[in-house]
Parts: sequence; structure tokens; C-alpha cells
Amino acid sequence: MEALININKLNLFYGAFHALKDVSLTIPEKAITAFIGPSGCGKSTLLRTLNRMNDMIPGTRIEGGIAIGGTEIYSNEVDVETLRKKVGMVFQQPNPFPKSIYDNVAYGPRLHGITSKRELDEIVETSLKSAVLWEEVKDHLKRSAFGLSGGQQQRLCIARALAVNPNILLMDEATSALDPISTLKIEELAQELKDKYTIVMVTHNMHQAARVSNQTVFFLNGEVIEYSDTEKLFSNPTDQRTEDYISGRFG
Amino acid sequence: MNIFQDANRKQIANRRKTDWYLHILFVIATSIGVLALCALIVDILVDGIARLQPDLFTNFPSRKADGSGMKSALVGTIYMLLIMAPISFIFGVGAAIYLEEYAKKGRITRIIQLNISTLAGVPSIVYGILGLTLFVRLLSLDRSLIAGALTMTLLVLPIIIVSAQEAIRAVPKSRRDASFALGATKWQTVYRSVMPSALPGVLTGVILAMSRAIGETAPLVMIGALTYVAFLPDGLKDSFTVIPIQVYNWLSKPQLEFKELAASGIIVLLALLLLMNFSAILLRNKYQKNV
Amino acid sequence: MPGQGLQTVSKAQTASKEIYDFKNKRVSIMNKVMPILLFLCASVSVLTTIGIVVTLISETYQFFQKIPIFDFLFGTKWSPLIPPKSFGVLPLLSGTLMITFIACLVAIPLGLASAIYLSEYAPKRVRKIVKPILEVLAGVPTIVYGYFALSLVTPLIQSIFHSAGVFNALSAGIVVGIMIIPMVSSLSEDAMSSVPRSLRDGAYALGATRFEVALKIVVPAAFSGIVASAVLAFSRAIGETMIVTVAAGSTPNMTVNPLESIQTMTAYIVQVSLGDTPHGTIEYGSIFAVGMTLFVITFLLNILAQYIARKFREEY
Repeated sequence: MEALININKLNLFYGAFHALKDVSLTIPEKAITAFIGPSGCGKSTLLRTLNRMNDMIPGTRIEGGIAIGGTEIYSNEVDVETLRKKVGMVFQQPNPFPKSIYDNVAYGPRLHGITSKRELDEIVETSLKSAVLWEEVKDHLKRSAFGLSGGQQQRLCIARALAVNPNILLMDEATSALDPISTLKIEELAQELKDKYTIVMVTHNMHQAARVSNQTVFFLNGEVIEYSDTEKLFSNPTDQRTEDYISGRFG
Repeated sequence: MNIFQDANRKQIANRRKTDWYLHILFVIATSIGVLALCALIVDILVDGIARLQPDLFTNFPSRKADGSGMKSALVGTIYMLLIMAPISFIFGVGAAIYLEEYAKKGRITRIIQLNISTLAGVPSIVYGILGLTLFVRLLSLDRSLIAGALTMTLLVLPIIIVSAQEAIRAVPKSRRDASFALGATKWQTVYRSVMPSALPGVLTGVILAMSRAIGETAPLVMIGALTYVAFLPDGLKDSFTVIPIQVYNWLSKPQLEFKELAASGIIVLLALLLLMNFSAILLRNKYQKNV
Repeated sequence: MPGQGLQTVSKAQTASKEIYDFKNKRVSIMNKVMPILLFLCASVSVLTTIGIVVTLISETYQFFQKIPIFDFLFGTKWSPLIPPKSFGVLPLLSGTLMITFIACLVAIPLGLASAIYLSEYAPKRVRKIVKPILEVLAGVPTIVYGYFALSLVTPLIQSIFHSAGVFNALSAGIVVGIMIIPMVSSLSEDAMSSVPRSLRDGAYALGATRFEVALKIVVPAAFSGIVASAVLAFSRAIGETMIVTVAAGSTPNMTVNPLESIQTMTAYIVQVSLGDTPHGTIEYGSIFAVGMTLFVITFLLNILAQYIARKFREEY
């Protein structure tokens, strides 16, 4: 597997608070990488640096580098809008816009300049199919997205992210607000999507990381404690703190 | 392999430009309001500062601008405040206590609540019409201080009730529970436990409502607060004038000198408002520290 | 002595009776009386409304005995003092609407743009300063705005449009607009800040720029709140009295030219009440008919605004 994302000695500060400390990681292409750790450990913060969502929080300072496909994403070469188009994100709470199902999926493509109705129809259909939602909604695309169930809404948000044709999909505890059945569906979907997309997920649920991810990173207090193949990390951790965490001694 | 290259940089540059232009537009729009306020204050200060002299406070209005003052208006405004404040406090806070602590959630309560928010939107001149009919004619209070004060009380009641309700609602439930657990009755709980905590917030609301009242002109014109009063009101049933009406009177005269007098009257009015708002802010700050 | 013993026992009985006497008379009187007194306080507001409605209806009814309601509502000439007397309310209504439209033309774009700036663009520090300044605008007495219109805005307009009179609708309308900017901006901003953060994040994560988030996500999501604020501002402008009395003139005039002097419904009421119009005359009755018209219009608008705002709250 080829490395797609290279994080090099990354430090992040919220004002005086040192949220990420000397984080170095390589994240492989077309695989699922899971970030685990107790809350406040920096896993979500790191995820949000990958599409520069932290830029909007006043007082954030970043040192070190993140390269995606060899391009430094905090350099002038990269427009943040393009970055976010290429690095899609799905959030903890399903957050469909108060618009129709169709308009939700078409929102991104329209932003980025696609106006032709035929093209949009096609994008909406393929995105909804990729998110395994098409069969459930194809007959009422004009209905409000708020009418969908929580699990359907989250898959709609995945379709919305896929519609702008990203390479990477960030999932920030994307199943934590869902029931077990919907969670399972999203997990299966992630498995399917990893053939085409690089997926990075933050989860507070170790079993989920163990079930779906190829690589797992364990964070504690803003530092990477251990990073290896998921199987190895859960069966044979090298660091004592990792073992304590996965055996449920804290967190 | 640069995955960010296929994107259309020009389209993004255009969108950013639009964002920048709109940003400037929004800043300009916001500053128009701020600038208008500055222009208003400067305009009034420039016109009125010259006549802001002792005469203005010690003399009665007269036909000649020079030496004309607003003693009667200033005293009238203060009397109005002194009459209004206790009446509107009692009725406003009483209504708020009823709605927050006693009223059962039902049709009647909902009607009262809806009625209060609707009353807050009734134009002030309509209160003037009510005051004219009810106080001036029906209760034959004539065009007197008390008729004016009662009319203004009705006008500010909705404001006081709503702000007092908010202050009472902000008192944590635990304080009521603690009082009940010590064997206090409903009224003791309200009077000894809830109201002391809510009082600063309630007073803030009352002060703000009073500052709304002393700037109001239209209802008092309606009930006929005389515009030329060369004496101080002696009792509740005496005729009277207030600062905004004196200002209106001066403003409607064509001579420039009277316009200047109007401006200096406005300076006094604004200073009074500033004082009241400042004390409301002080109270609010204290309040935020306590709760 | 045996009697003494008996006395001690009875004393003890009284004591225990006091402890278990759950009825404290003084307290229970307060508990019974206060709710009633407080209810009376609360009913003052309802009585006020009833007072307004009864006053307006009874006097208006008498007015319509003398002037046919049709002539009042659809007459195009308002001449209550100078014969031949005529009581067609349309000139006053058109004057009022002209002021209101000019005011809304000023207040809605500026207020909405301020709201967008404050809620989506402004850094926290700027917002903390600008918001209170805008709110001061709402607290300035209307007579002060009247002065402002007459002494600054009117000369400014006259220097641009030479045909403008000393009293004109444009000046008064603009100043009424300035007065209601904070109403539009603070209510719209409230509506916009209650749009959940997660919606903005969702749009930013798709590569939207700030204006795209503001105009395509936040404004549509807050739309009914924004509309409600505009309706309230409209209603406020209709009822505004002193600015128009001072600056717009007293010429009931059915015109579309904002540079001419007009008269609004509110200014007419003030004009009549300044004169010594005896009770019982048609002129006296006319202020109630005009007041009724004013009350009905603003009442309906306020109900509409409340309905729209409530619908908005249901969405989230």
C-alpha cells in the first residue's frame, strides 16, 4: 500500500493549549485508518487538520507539515476550497442541509461550478448509489432531507461528500449518534468505499476500529502512542498504555 | 502526483473575489448604521451646546428664545418618573410573578402571555388614544400629570412584565426547592427566596422601561400635555409638560434660535437616558456576578 | 398539689399542639390573597387590550354613523377641517405606506447585511463593540430622530433634489428606516445564530467559501426568522409618529413623489389632538377611525410576524 498522507512533526496550539505534540504519521492509500483514544486526546483535532477545518477556530497555530500526495496542504499552492473538495468529511451528528435530498447531494457540485441538469442528475444518482441510499430514496428525491431516519441522513451526508469526487473521506465519529443497525450499515459501506477512497475515521468505539480498519493509531494527550496494523495493535500492543486502553483500564 | 491540480483554480479565485467584495459590502452596510448614530450625535451637539446654560434649567419657556428654559419640562419629566416607577413596578412585577410562579399552564395563561407580546407591538399613539378616552375623559382626570403617568404606565407595562419574567425564570429551581424543603409556603418562597435573586434583573428591566417612557412623545401629545407651561405642577391633577414635548414645541417654531433650544433640550434628554442606561448596565453586571 | 400537676400536663399538651398545628393563620392568608392580587396585576394587560378595542370600536362606530364607512375606506380626499369636509382615508394610508416603504428600503437591506456581517464575518471583538452601538439606535427617542431628519437629512436631500420641500416623505422615511435598522439586524442575527454550527461545518467541508455558507445555507435556514423581523419592522414603521409629524409635513396628499409633503395616519392624529377639537365633533371622531385603521393593520402584522417566527422555531 502506498502512503497518501504524510504528517511530519505536526504541532498544533489552541492559544496556549498544546493540542497536538510532534505527531508524525503516514496514512496509506485506499485503506481505512482509525484514530482511537480517550476523549480530548487530539484524534479529532488531527482529523480536522487534514481538511483544514481548524483554520476557522481563532487562535489556532500550526507547526510542521502535512503532505497529501506529495503536496503540502498548508502551502499557498493549495486552495483550501480545493483541498476540502478532495478531502471530504462526515460529521458526528448527521447534518443534512434543510433542503431536498437532491439539493443536498447537488450542493457541492453546484458550488464547484457544475450547472448542467443532466450532469447533476448523474452525479446525484451515482453518489447516492455509492452511499447505498439510492434504492430507498430514488422515488422522492425532492422531499426534505429532514424526513429521513438518522442512519439514512448520515448516508446522505456521505453521498453529499462523495458527490464532489474526493480522494479521501474523513469520518469524525460518524456512527456515534446512530443505532446499532444503522451503524452496521455505515461500517459495511466504509468497507465498500475503501476500494476507491482513502478513509480516515475517528472513533471512540474500539470494537469498531477493530472491526473495520486496516491501520489503527492510538492517541493520548496529543501524542501518537502507537501506530500499526489493526490486528497487531489489538492482539499484541507494544506500549503498556495502549494495552491498558484497549483492555478498558481507562478512557 | 498532485491531486489538487485538476481543480479549476480560476473558478475558486472568482468565488474568493466575490466573497471579498461581499465582505466589504457587509462592512459598509453595518457602518452606515454606526455612522448615522455618530452624525446624529455630532449634529445635535454642534447645534445645541451653545444654549446649554444655566438659563435652560432655571427658566420657564417664553416667547423669546433668549432666556427661554425648560424648568417646567425637566420637573415634569421627573415627576412623571416618580409617579410611574412605583405603579408600573408593582403591576409589572406582580404580573410577572403571577405568570412565572402561580399561573397554571392553560388557556387563560396563554391568552395573557400572547396578549402581552401583542401589546408590546401596539403603536404608542394608540395608547395615547386610550389614555385620552379612559383617563382624561371617563375618569375626568383632565389633562393632568396623573393622566399622563397612568397612560405611560400602560405603555411600559408589557416591557416590564417580559423582562421581569426573564429575570424570575433565571432563578435556579434549586433555590425554590431549598426554600420549600425548609417548610416555607409558596408566597414565602417567592418573596424571600426568588425575588431577592431576581431583583437586580427586574430593576434593570424597570429602568430600561422608564428610559423608554421619558423619551416618548406621541401618547402625551394625545392626552394633551400642554406645550407651553410656565409653572411647576403642584399636584397630581395639575397640567404639565415633559422634555420631549418641550423639544417638539421648540422644533415646530420656524426661528433658528428655537431650533438651537430644541437641540440643547435633546442633549439634556439624551444625558438623562445615558445616565439611566448606565445604571442599568451597572446593575446587570452586578447581577451576572451574583447568579 | 394535685392541681399543679394537672396544669403541667395541660401545658405540655398545648406545646405539642403548637408543634403539630399545621395551620399558621398569617401565612395562609398571604397564600390565599397573594395569588388573587397577582392575578389582578396580570389582568391589567388584558384590560388594556380590551380598553383599546372598546374605545376604538365605540367611537369609530359613532363616526361611521355620520360618515359612511365606504366613503372613509375608499375616499381619495382627506379634508377634515376645511370645508367641503371629506373623510377619505386613502391619502393618509398612501402617505403612511410611502414612509413605510422608504423606511423598509433602507432598513431591510442594511439590517440584513449587518446581521450577516455580525453573525458570519465579524470577529468576536468587533461584534462585541458594534452590536451595542446598533442597539443604541433603537433606544434614541423618536423626537430626537425628528430633529435629525429636519436639521441634517432634509437639507442634504434638498441639496441633491432641488424640488424637495422643507417637509418631505423621503427624509422622514429614511430616518424611520435608520431607526428600525437595529430591529431588523438584531432579530435576523438571532435567527441566523440559532442555525446549528454543524450546518455551516457541513458546507465548509464541501469547499464552500464564507459568502456561500452565509447566503446559501445560513440565510435560507433562518429565512422565516428574517421575514418575521422584516414584518415587525414594517409594522413599527407604520406606527411611528414623531419623526413623520416633525419631518414629513401635514398635507394629506395622494402622491407617489417622495419629495413632496404628505401626511401619515399617525401625524394626522397628532395634528387633531394638538388643536382644541371638542369631544363629539366629526373631527374628534375621525382620530378614532384613523386610530382603528392603524391598530388593525399593526395588530395583523404583529400576529403574522409571531406566526412566522413560531414556524421557524419548529424547524429546529
